[in-house]
Amino acid sequence: MRKRIMICLALLLVVPGLLFFTSCAKKTVQSEPTLTQQPQQPQVQPESAQDDAAAILAAEKANQEELARQKALEEEQLKTAAAEAAEAEQSEAMVARNMFVNEDIYFEFDSYVLSGAAQDILMGKAQWLRINSDASVTIEGHCDERGTNAYNLALGDKRAEIVKGYLVNVGIAAGRLMTISYGEEHPVDTGNFEEAWAKNRRAHFVVD
Amino acid sequence: MITGFQKKIICLTGTFILFFSMSGVGLADYTYINISNPFLRKVPIAIPVFKNLSKNSMDAQMARQAADMLSDALEFTGYFKMLDRGAFLINPGGLAVKMPEINFKHWTVIGSELLITGAYLMNGNQLEIELRLFDTIKEKLLVGKRYKADKSDQRQILHRFCSEVIFHLTGTRGLFNSKIAFVSTGTGNKEIYACEFDGYHPEQMTRTKHITLSPAWSSDNKWIAYTSFINGKPDLFIRNLRQKRGAIVAKKGINATPAWVPGQFSLAATLSFSGDQEIYLLTGTGKIIKRLTNSRGIDVSPSFSPDGKQIAFVSERGGTPQIYIKHLETGEVTRLTFEGRYNTQPSWSPAGDKIVYSAMENGHINIRVIDIDGRGLMQLTHDAGNNEGPTWSPDASMIAFSSTREGLSRIYVMTSYGTDQRRLLTLQGEQSNPQWSSIIPNN
Repeated sequence: MRKRIMICLALLLVVPGLLFFTSCAKKTVQSEPTLTQQPQQPQVQPESAQDDAAAILAAEKANQEELARQKALEEEQLKTAAAEAAEAEQSEAMVARNMFVNEDIYFEFDSYVLSGAAQDILMGKAQWLRINSDASVTIEGHCDERGTNAYNLALGDKRAEIVKGYLVNVGIAAGRLMTISYGEEHPVDTGNFEEAWAKNRRAHFVVD
Repeated sequence: MITGFQKKIICLTGTFILFFSMSGVGLADYTYINISNPFLRKVPIAIPVFKNLSKNSMDAQMARQAADMLSDALEFTGYFKMLDRGAFLINPGGLAVKMPEINFKHWTVIGSELLITGAYLMNGNQLEIELRLFDTIKEKLLVGKRYKADKSDQRQILHRFCSEVIFHLTGTRGLFNSKIAFVSTGTGNKEIYACEFDGYHPEQMTRTKHITLSPAWSSDNKWIAYTSFINGKPDLFIRNLRQKRGAIVAKKGINATPAWVPGQFSLAATLSFSGDQEIYLLTGTGKIIKRLTNSRGIDVSPSFSPDGKQIAFVSERGGTPQIYIKHLETGEVTRLTFEGRYNTQPSWSPAGDKIVYSAMENGHINIRVIDIDGRGLMQLTHDAGNNEGPTWSPDASMIAFSSTREGLSRIYVMTSYGTDQRRLLTLQGEQSNPQWSSIIPNN
């Protein structure tokens, strides 16, 4: 594609050159904006058709060399990345596991509906569960302190179950997912304000 | 009536009672306490220090304490205005405890309508008390009893007399000899405790070292059911209080909010093993008899009508938690609460006509009471922290609840009309989830 554009451009430059071949010998032609990034943009001097053809060939060669260099660089980078990944595999698994455990699913007050953000997090959790196919987890349902503790025990149960249901729907075996409701009994933040309550309305994952 | 009462007396070791007056018992016309709103006007009553008949002057102090104990118990009910002893006109010859020595003018002039006199005799460890209730205006003996018992039974004897007094004045036996179970965090974990109706003698009943919640008394007070995380998840424990036996309901999900069927060895509880929280009827041994609710979403917190034919419960079937009533024979379900978006914790009055519950509005939780036909909604607590977990006294005259009005959550009591709100007791940690028992039979 790039080659064809080059040729078309070259022809566009050459034809008027042939028509008015002595008048503007020193005039340089600005390239098209799409081509400004091309290294060593050939400045065509329309003196003869033969020279032009040679210039096109030279430009093309230079371009190909550049592409080859870039490809080599990319391959090198990929190799380095792979090597780094291999080195960090152990710690990365740990990071993934920690993220799996530490990233809670949050709910609105008196609700067990999964928000878009909650579903995004759950997709990540499902991915972790697919990679770690031998892991079993417990999903804890929690509530904020408002409301009554009997109702909150039921609400926490609902939250844990809805999270489990989502993961089962995306293909995680139900047998790997236990649920437990703690109601309002285990707040992470004992504060008496919305910021604390919001942190407490959660589903939390524990790897068994 | 007499036979029933005597049977009870035989049960109380070392105690007997002589009836030297039966006037009016069971025939009272309850003009003393207005049943339709008994707390609107408190009846002025005089309870002078009991007359000490013992030789030992140490016993005079005990006679005073006994009179105070009787006075406190009656004051607790909210029916009475206790008159100040400083205003009493006592003859130099000492207190006149019976007719015709009593000069009733001395009592009516200070505003008293009722008078209780006591004669107190301590003989070694044996206690003899004569107690009399008079109508000072009609100049009439209403109740007279004589008790003889071991010293250690004094509190029980005095409360039995209170029970006689309340029965004479209102037609119900009152709340004396009942207990209140509740949850306290004093040990660092939520455990079940119980105290007497007036907050006296709190005792730790469970030692689970885990979260333990929602105590429920069977109507004979021999069993208690509660939810505990002792095995890592919310299971239901059904425990005999005297013998070391009981049952555990440990199904998948939650096993919670027990409520006993009045007069039966069976209970309702919320189980979620099906994946949905539904209320089930269980035997006292924890076997499922049948499912009582059937609706997607949360159904929780049953409370039986006194005849056991209906339950009030919480359901979110309408989108928000509200109180519903289900007739167990017809299966008919009606929604009871429509005001507010968060109504939970129903408790059906032992008198049958009302349901008390907690309502959250504008971020605050308050106690409300409503007639079972949905009329007569009344809020009983206002602008005083969060107020939760209401429970009726066995005579339906009072309501216990928990409140954060003084900071930490404590147990409070009030009359069923919301008057006379006061803290029941102060313990280490926080207290919540009170459950009032029936009247404990004397055995």
